[in-house]
Amino acid sequence: MSTAVVERPLYNPVNYLNVKHTLKSWLLTTDHKRIALLYLGSITMLFFVGGFAAMLMRLNLLEPAGAIVHPETYNKLFTMHGIVMVWFFLIPSIPTTLGNFLIPIMVGARDLAFPKLNLLSWYIFIFGSAFTLYALVSGGVDTGWTFYTPLSSLYVTTHVMAAAAGVFITGFSSILTGLNFIVTVHKMRAPGMTWFRLPLFVWSMYATSVIFVLATPVLAITLLLIGLERGLHVGIFDPALGGDPILFQHLFWFYSHPAVYIMILPGMGVVSELVAAFSRKRVFGYKAIGFSSMAIALFGFFVWGHHMFVSGQSVYAGMVFSALSFAVAIPSAIKVFNWTATLYKGSISFDAPMLYALGFIGLFTIGGLTGLFLAALSVDVHVHDTYFVIAHFHYIMVGGAVMAYLGGIHFWWPKITGKLYPDVWARLAAVIIFVGFNLTFFPQYLLGYLGMPRRYAMYPAEFQMLNVMSTAGASILGLGYLLPLVYLIWSLRYGPDAGPNPFLATGLEWEETQSPPTTHNFEEIPVVTQDAYAYENMGIPNV
Amino acid sequence: MAELHPEPIVPVRIYTWVFLALLVLAALTTAFAYVDLGIFNTLIAMLIATCKMLLVALFFMHLRYKAGLSRVASIVGLFWLGLLVVFTLADVFTRNWTPQGKPW
Amino acid sequence: MSDTVAFPGAGNPHAGNRNPALQEQFEHIEQQRDASNFGIWIFLATEILFFGGLFTTYIVYRMIYFPGFVSGSHLLERHLGALMTFVLLGSSFTMALAVHSIRLGKRKLVVLFLILTILLGVAFLGVKFTEYYGKWNEHLVPGIDFHPSANDLQGATPQSVELFLCFYFFMTGLHALHMIVGIGLLAVMALLTWYGKITAEHYNRIEVSGLYWHFVDIIWIYLFPLLYLITGNRH
Repeated sequence: MSTAVVERPLYNPVNYLNVKHTLKSWLLTTDHKRIALLYLGSITMLFFVGGFAAMLMRLNLLEPAGAIVHPETYNKLFTMHGIVMVWFFLIPSIPTTLGNFLIPIMVGARDLAFPKLNLLSWYIFIFGSAFTLYALVSGGVDTGWTFYTPLSSLYVTTHVMAAAAGVFITGFSSILTGLNFIVTVHKMRAPGMTWFRLPLFVWSMYATSVIFVLATPVLAITLLLIGLERGLHVGIFDPALGGDPILFQHLFWFYSHPAVYIMILPGMGVVSELVAAFSRKRVFGYKAIGFSSMAIALFGFFVWGHHMFVSGQSVYAGMVFSALSFAVAIPSAIKVFNWTATLYKGSISFDAPMLYALGFIGLFTIGGLTGLFLAALSVDVHVHDTYFVIAHFHYIMVGGAVMAYLGGIHFWWPKITGKLYPDVWARLAAVIIFVGFNLTFFPQYLLGYLGMPRRYAMYPAEFQMLNVMSTAGASILGLGYLLPLVYLIWSLRYGPDAGPNPFLATGLEWEETQSPPTTHNFEEIPVVTQDAYAYENMGIPNV
Repeated sequence: MAELHPEPIVPVRIYTWVFLALLVLAALTTAFAYVDLGIFNTLIAMLIATCKMLLVALFFMHLRYKAGLSRVASIVGLFWLGLLVVFTLADVFTRNWTPQGKPW
Repeated sequence: MSDTVAFPGAGNPHAGNRNPALQEQFEHIEQQRDASNFGIWIFLATEILFFGGLFTTYIVYRMIYFPGFVSGSHLLERHLGALMTFVLLGSSFTMALAVHSIRLGKRKLVVLFLILTILLGVAFLGVKFTEYYGKWNEHLVPGIDFHPSANDLQGATPQSVELFLCFYFFMTGLHALHMIVGIGLLAVMALLTWYGKITAEHYNRIEVSGLYWHFVDIIWIYLFPLLYLITGNRH
């Protein structure tokens, strides 16, 4: 396709970052790349807010009688930790940063289908997080992030409405982002970019977007119903007035279970890219991984009742949900097998992104397997609402999703910023995070199995050692998270220029754009003639 | 891939017939409500409502004249709602099939 | 076309003849129209699920508290409900005619039909708020002022009738909110068309507004029988 090869500086001199410097050009931008960075800044701040709440919780749990906060405060801490981490960090994380930045480039377009809607999504997100932060500073919420009724609708006096309003508003940000991605992938692919030539990251973002648009509206109406009950004291969910509290749980989990797939699918997409790039191999079973992403999105909607096995749901419904929950593990397992097969006989290098990807595969597998334990109705009766559940979902959300997020940020950092980060520090941080993570959360499996309940500010003395281990791990984990903040920002000023493709990876973002890209991504829309992951043509990088 | 042909312009006469049909169906469903047919009242009302919905969707909203993706979006939305309703009702209706559990 | 180079420089999306309605992220106008249409249909699918959560709750409680729902339904005025239905169906008709007119470039007709649609929508809302006011006067507002007479209850429990009315107010209220947004949207479209900012080349904007309006009509098509026309034995 290219004829003349032009000598260009490694660092693209006129790019989307420096094309205009005014605050207005950033706050009114419709460039998907700038919007991605606006989100990156926002969710990083919110991550540390949620992390701060976790730190206080873990410090409190150093002592069986609660070390530093009152039980009422502890309830507020775990609620805010959950709300902020789920809705204001994990759900937006990869989609709004890496998704926004990469999807148009990966499909070969100049921008998303609806750039102004994209900017609106960010403003809605900011507005929603403002409400939630207001709830936080004005005294907090203590219902748990799950807002179960009738506690949330009739009994507590904390700022449920503000927090629920924040989540409600932010939901629209999700819906619009998902809508934008779906239309972009369908309608804006470059000539020759067939569905089966797309990077697997796009497939998983597409599946995630389908969940965004189908699940989030149900959460929205559920939050409105809480507001209605709180405002009018009518018996929508209050048994004393004829309502059914389990109905709330059905509506809530119809969204919130697929929401966990929103949180993990993008990470799986990132891992597919990382595993290929750092094994120098095509992804094994491209179609299997692509279709399994769609299968996870679909099956994920059939299993929500597994959160309600002991709530009073009918046993027969419980059995059906249990069987379906086993089924939903299958597509995830297919992915793990395919990534492993990709690694086999690959030319593996242990760059920081690869360390995160390998960590993901191991930790996600453990988390996923413990999910199967929970899916078994009889086992769940014993471990529901214990630390076993907490360990399970943190293995997936933190050991899985957050590690994939960090791996992706590192991998695409040279493309986004034009700079290389110091790989030694990056690898060190990855290892510290891995060690800290396991020390924090593995003891929680044991605690849960031994019977320590979740959402309790205090615990029987025999659990202290494991809790202390967990808190020690959390300190290490916290340090691990601070390191990238430091060296990534350092690299912006002092890092070496990356050039367009430092990892010699495949994909339109690496092969057809500069680092950082220009505002319109490509001068001409590329014509795609080969499959994704043609690593046999790429050689070995020397980064 | 993008369609290269703009969609056809639907003639006014079709819109008019659809509108008249909608009015007739609305009157019909109102009339039926005054006759007590037990369970069939709900069934007939929903059937008529669905006919009206289809008329609006196919003709006023041009689904009849469009390529697949718009139809897929609407069908998927309805199917997903069906999921929510069916599974929730499955729980509500089978709760009393077992007597209240004995304490552990 | 000049030689392509290994690494392209600053983008140039403005080359060649471009349709004035074409936005810069798209390559040709049909792609843009396709994308907007697909986009609004996805949005409508989300609205199906949004209202759908309410319909689900309604279905469950109607099955559990059928007598209360029958009594509650009898508290509503069917003739007003039917009137509102006819008015809204009429507004869908005028909306379809507006879309038809913009395809033919007849801007004045477009504005006329949009105004008619708006007026019918306002008429609908007028009747609706009259109904609400009536309920207020009868002390039949759930939570805020609910004091039914025995005649109102007709044998059902007060809580189940209150629950029905909760659904009545919330479902029709949410629907009315969507109508208000729709009226605002159509007003903006009418102004833009009047001042020539929307021409036959931009017909898609009217079409997309119309799709939203028709969808809100469809919600009412289901609300009317589910709320106003509940008939049956109170077993």
